[in-house]
Amino acid sequence: MKRAFPILGVLTAILLSYALYLALVVAPTERTMGDVQRIFYYHVPSAWTAFILFFINFGASVFYLIKRNPAADIVALVTAEVGVVFCTVVLVTGPIWARPVWGIWWTWDMRLTSTLVLWLIYVSYLFLRRFSSSGQTPLLAAALAVLGALCVPFVYFSIWFFRTQHPQPVMGGGGSIDPRMLHVLLINWLAFSCFAYLVCWSRYRLEKLQRDVDHAHALESLLAPRGSVR
Amino acid sequence: MNKTYYLFAAYTVTWIIHIAYLGTIVRRYSHLKREIEELKKPGVSS
Repeated sequence: MKRAFPILGVLTAILLSYALYLALVVAPTERTMGDVQRIFYYHVPSAWTAFILFFINFGASVFYLIKRNPAADIVALVTAEVGVVFCTVVLVTGPIWARPVWGIWWTWDMRLTSTLVLWLIYVSYLFLRRFSSSGQTPLLAAALAVLGALCVPFVYFSIWFFRTQHPQPVMGGGGSIDPRMLHVLLINWLAFSCFAYLVCWSRYRLEKLQRDVDHAHALESLLAPRGSVR
Repeated sequence: MNKTYYLFAAYTVTWIIHIAYLGTIVRRYSHLKREIEELKKPGVSS
């Protein structure tokens, strides 16, 4: 397992570099938007990756609610944290694309607003995990995660249900895409998914280690004679 | 402004966000490593 991590790290770095090359050089230039459309190769895979991480968070939270399994709790925390990072990328790259194309950085349209609400839900989840020291925190966080996950399909399908400025979804929507662009998009998604997996892996190890250290500290204070605890 | 600037801005910001997050993981790891070293020291708390 220890050896697999650096190997996967190198492979992911190669894949990310190749995906970047495809996005900047190989992908055809879009007729109306020009080069700025290439933001799509980072924006869309980041959104898909965030959605998948939030769904894993949902599954792990439900599992924790049923079984009270600490490993599921760690998976939920890790996927929420990495999901928020990817969702932040979506919320930052979106306006950078919108400014030259729409002429505005932001509009309170349903897709954009619901994505912001989704981000805020998971940020509040992380705040809850970080600042609440109650023994019930994982339980409350799991309940919040279940509510947050309900927002994910709403964000994705908001384009279908409401009039919005946002382009139609590439998958399962009314939009069409050049096969060469789709190929580049999927390679970028694969690269970002591998990257997210590695980040989650290292964050999982860190969290597990943190809990072991906290446990050791708790034992130390229990076993130490009075007045000698740091 | 040239539209290409927006493209490079988006890609750069993406990697800044990811690298900043990786930086927090590395920082937490090194902090934890120090804590483990402290715990390993014999007679720290006794």
